[in-house]
Amino acid sequence: MEKYTKHTSVAALMNRSNVDTDQIIAKQFLKKVERTGFGAHLFHDWRFLEDGSPNPDFELNKPEFKDAKILVAGDNFGCGSSREHAPWAIDDYGFNTIISTSFADIFYNNCFKNGILPIEVDSDTLKALMSEINDNEGVSFTVDLENQQVSTPGGIEVKFELDGFRKHNLLNGLDDIGLTLEHIDKIDSYEAKHKANFPWLWAS
Amino acid sequence: MAQTMYEKIWDAHFVHQEEGQAALLYIDRHLMHEVTSPQAFEGLKMAGRGIRNTHSILATLDHCVPTKMADRINLPDPIGAKQVQTMMNNCEEHGLTLYDMESRNNGVIHVVVPEHGFVHPGMTTVCGDSHTATHGAFGALAFGIGTSEVEHVMATQCLPQAKSKTMLVKVDGKLSKFSTAKDIALAIIGKIGTAGGTGYVIEYAGEAIEALSMEGRMTLCNMAIESGARAGLVAPDQKTYDFLEGKEFAPEGEAWNQALNYWKTLPSDADAEFDKVIELNAADIAPQVTWGTSPEQVIPVNHAVPAPSDFDTEGKQIACESALEYMGLESGTQMTDIEIDFVFLGSCTNSRIEDFRAAAEVARGTLVPDNVTAIAVPGSYLVKAQAEKEGLDKIFTEAGWEWREPGCSMCLAMNGDQLKPGERCASTSNRNFEGRQGKGGRTHLVSPAMAAAAAAAGKFVDLRTLEKT
Ligand code: SF4
Repeated sequence: MEKYTKHTSVAALMNRSNVDTDQIIAKQFLKKVERTGFGAHLFHDWRFLEDGSPNPDFELNKPEFKDAKILVAGDNFGCGSSREHAPWAIDDYGFNTIISTSFADIFYNNCFKNGILPIEVDSDTLKALMSEINDNEGVSFTVDLENQQVSTPGGIEVKFELDGFRKHNLLNGLDDIGLTLEHIDKIDSYEAKHKANFPWLWAS
Repeated sequence: MAQTMYEKIWDAHFVHQEEGQAALLYIDRHLMHEVTSPQAFEGLKMAGRGIRNTHSILATLDHCVPTKMADRINLPDPIGAKQVQTMMNNCEEHGLTLYDMESRNNGVIHVVVPEHGFVHPGMTTVCGDSHTATHGAFGALAFGIGTSEVEHVMATQCLPQAKSKTMLVKVDGKLSKFSTAKDIALAIIGKIGTAGGTGYVIEYAGEAIEALSMEGRMTLCNMAIESGARAGLVAPDQKTYDFLEGKEFAPEGEAWNQALNYWKTLPSDADAEFDKVIELNAADIAPQVTWGTSPEQVIPVNHAVPAPSDFDTEGKQIACESALEYMGLESGTQMTDIEIDFVFLGSCTNSRIEDFRAAAEVARGTLVPDNVTAIAVPGSYLVKAQAEKEGLDKIFTEAGWEWREPGCSMCLAMNGDQLKPGERCASTSNRNFEGRQGKGGRTHLVSPAMAAAAAAAGKFVDLRTLEKT
């Protein structure tokens, strides 16, 4: 997993509440054998017209938001099923940060497994961030994970809360597997002992 | 301190625990099939990681594979074909043992693994499949995991795990000759419910469990997950050792003695304490049939379909009502008056040789009515070959059954074998959820002998009333 570093990136606005995982990645795309490539299907039913062409009315199709890494969205983002495909799609599309007032539990957890930072802010702050994007589409915000702060050219500076353990993992690019591998010496020595005790497990 | 078998296995596999985090548990065996593994292999590649112990993995193709010979050569479903191809490529690339469709060892993962003695008592075993609990029959701690955990185990040979509570399910007494391990499993779920085991690892013990064959114990542990438990366990004994001895992956010579000595230390200590104890008397367990859309909606075959008012909680009353609606049943109907359209004999719950023998015994000399389709799907090619050697295939085909190639088949209806909307099936599988055997399909879970009796009569039959002439 990539390390999450301080970055200044375009912030895209999606002023909708309760965006659920079915909308993030629709059921018909779940049968793939790949884990990548879901970005092409992110928000499929909103993003594309019946004939498959981009829907000009869908906010993320605006040219100003093309290179956005930050997604600013309405309340309760990521509700619905537990599918891990949702964060895969968001990551694959190019977002590494989502700002909202609240996130669904499982989705929130799944974000960290995929190097995505979900930031919770209060509703006044969310409104202010949204209106700054509205006034100046294509504006870039700065996310400083180390100092747990979002700042904008319009002068908004907001601190956010984050569990210390999760912050450590994001900063160091550690996914669940990376975390386990931090104890590789313990695994090695356990395995050596296990091998000595149960040699027949290795004879095959 | 006195310990349960679960605690002994846990301690023997405990690697490390960081303050405030889950414990790392070492995993001995990793079983794989084509549906839940492809993204795990890709994740591994994306992160530049390798597989820590390739020898810990055994893979098969089972979920998507057709059970008709002609379709196996040219898979009709392109998505299934891609999953199969991806599995073959991944196994080839990493040098993993795969029982592909051409292998004589091919079959359903939880049937083929024991056939080769790949899982031993005391091992930790995982698979991206919830019915991994099957291997608890050998006294191994075996449980299902998700795709990201499949990747985790490949990369680290470990899993972060929270320790479960322990439940002892004690079944004393003697089972009648008409009831089987499947009926014990269903009766337990009927008693404790599908959430009754949540948070627990169940150990099955008692006279009736000791009396079960290894096949029967596999059937029982297979269904542990349907009671919500993380895993099911049966203490290893002489039957376990006899079953394993001489199998391909079983230890040999001096290693066998060493292993045997260790295995004998595994059973729970006599004074070990369980967090919960449930007791049943085997003599009371009649042949079971599910009437609803959850395995806990189960009754003895001589009973009538219940009404919502028979249940004491609102949740169960609502569940009853919606199950009756989906199943197209009326309360008060005798189970033995319910007609069926389909019979499925198969799945990792009941597709071992013993299951085919029991079903064939009942099927012999009968004839499936024209309006009923009955399919027999062996769990593996080895089961199929053995059944054919014993002439069981003839008994089935002469009785009007279809004799198929091995696979998961109608257990989850992913390979093309499925019910049409409204069709009713007597099935030896493990889940009767809505749509499990095809959209709108209606599943009734039963034992193999009950399935064969239903196939012959076109409706459910109380085996105890069948007189052999
Ligand atoms: S037979 Fe059914 S339960 Fe068993 S592995 Fe196949 S799909 Fe899963």
